[in-house]
Amino acid sequence: METTNITIRLKLFSLARDLAGFDERLIEVPPSSRSGEVFRYLISQNATFEQWKPSLRLAVNMEYVDGERFLHDGDEVAVIPPVSGG
Amino acid sequence: MNNIISEPIDLTSVVDSVKTHASGAIDVFIGTTRDHSKGRQVAVLEYEAYLPMALKSIEGIEREARARWNLHEINIVHRIGRVGIGEPSVVIAVSSAHRDEAFMACRYLIDRLKEEVPIWKREYFTDGTFEWSMHSHEQQASDKTLQTHP
Repeated sequence: METTNITIRLKLFSLARDLAGFDERLIEVPPSSRSGEVFRYLISQNATFEQWKPSLRLAVNMEYVDGERFLHDGDEVAVIPPVSGG
Repeated sequence: MNNIISEPIDLTSVVDSVKTHASGAIDVFIGTTRDHSKGRQVAVLEYEAYLPMALKSIEGIEREARARWNLHEINIVHRIGRVGIGEPSVVIAVSSAHRDEAFMACRYLIDRLKEEVPIWKREYFTDGTFEWSMHSHEQQASDKTLQTHP
């Protein structure tokens, strides 16, 4: 049973970056964490993430995922607020 | 091909890039920056992108359009960084043998870009405040916004 934490690269954009106050950070999460784990981390940094959670999407290694995707060491996890290109 | 650039978009070069001898139609969508947002005066806009994912996402929506219609060439160019009022922020050009396909694909591509591609617009108002603009899937006609810095 693997017990070593895994390290992921968390990337924040737009509103999410403003709320957290940083744009990129390496964070450790327990093994077998799922993508939604990053919300727990963000809420611990700024509680207003709780209210924004329903409108924030996640991308792992540049693919949109739901909160159930298993994370692996070295994954790049991006928090994608509602997009507004065009 | 540069799909995301920080310089003004050269409309002619985008249109030229989709010309083929087999094409009977080129459809072009130009998105431009408005000077107002929900009754407030906008002074300047700023776009940011999650660049590698945005490029990948643009490739993805191009593939979707090609799977639906018989198209010759597609070029999507989005500008990032500061963009003055009235300037093109996005240009989409599509060529096909006949106009229907180009019209439909162009409409599809801008709609999908606004739903999927990780690009964000921040509007700076004349009163000195700014907001991240937010498209909502249910309410695309009128943008939702959130003021992050009152």
